[in-house]
Amino acid sequence: MSSPDRGNVGIVIVSHSPKIAEGAADMVRQMVGNAVPLAWTGGDVDGGLGTNVAGILEAIEAAWSAAGVAVLVDLGGAETNSEMAVEMLAEDRRARVVVCNAPVVEGAVIAATESSGGSSLAAVKRSAEEFYA
Amino acid sequence: MHDAHASRAGETSVPLTASAVLVNKVGLHARPSVKLTQCAKRFAAKIELALSGDGPWTDAKSPVKVMRVKAPQGATLHFRVAGPDGEVALAAMLALVHDGFGEA
Repeated sequence: MSSPDRGNVGIVIVSHSPKIAEGAADMVRQMVGNAVPLAWTGGDVDGGLGTNVAGILEAIEAAWSAAGVAVLVDLGGAETNSEMAVEMLAEDRRARVVVCNAPVVEGAVIAATESSGGSSLAAVKRSAEEFYA
Repeated sequence: MHDAHASRAGETSVPLTASAVLVNKVGLHARPSVKLTQCAKRFAAKIELALSGDGPWTDAKSPVKVMRVKAPQGATLHFRVAGPDGEVALAAMLALVHDGFGEA
């Protein structure tokens, strides 16, 4: 189950509010620890509420892992911009990034918990999405 | 408080069982649930927990399912473990609960 050669799945938190994104990341760090690559992004390019593709791409880069990256989003634009960011990745990376259908805060903590045990990207996504199951 | 007479299994197909009382203040809330699943994931054995010796049993490696158990302080947590490293796994789970997940 563990995959030390590839490392743990990275987690990216995308919220319209940078405060929510940062706060969710704080919760992940405190509850799950530092064994998981983690990055957050929030706000539009002018610093208002919103999301932006460049910021999401940067976050995916920062949390990159050969095991893949799971993206947790809040509402509407966060999801569509995340999907757009994934589209813009190099082809070999695109398949290793998934946007999870899960609540952003809870999903991030659960995804990171799953990842910290060395689980695959598919298992990380599945676990985060159990919230809506 | 450990259940001293954890049943011994001669073969791995028979699950080991034991129980421990939740001593930490918040019970099995978010943070302890995360620690519990992280601990469970270190082992190959199938690890399940329940609030009663008769179940219903919950996969101890699923953080979402473990949180849904909502076990309060003072509740007795029953474990059922099956697998080649089952004995070590069971001991680790009991120790974690006994130590209040490090938060007393």
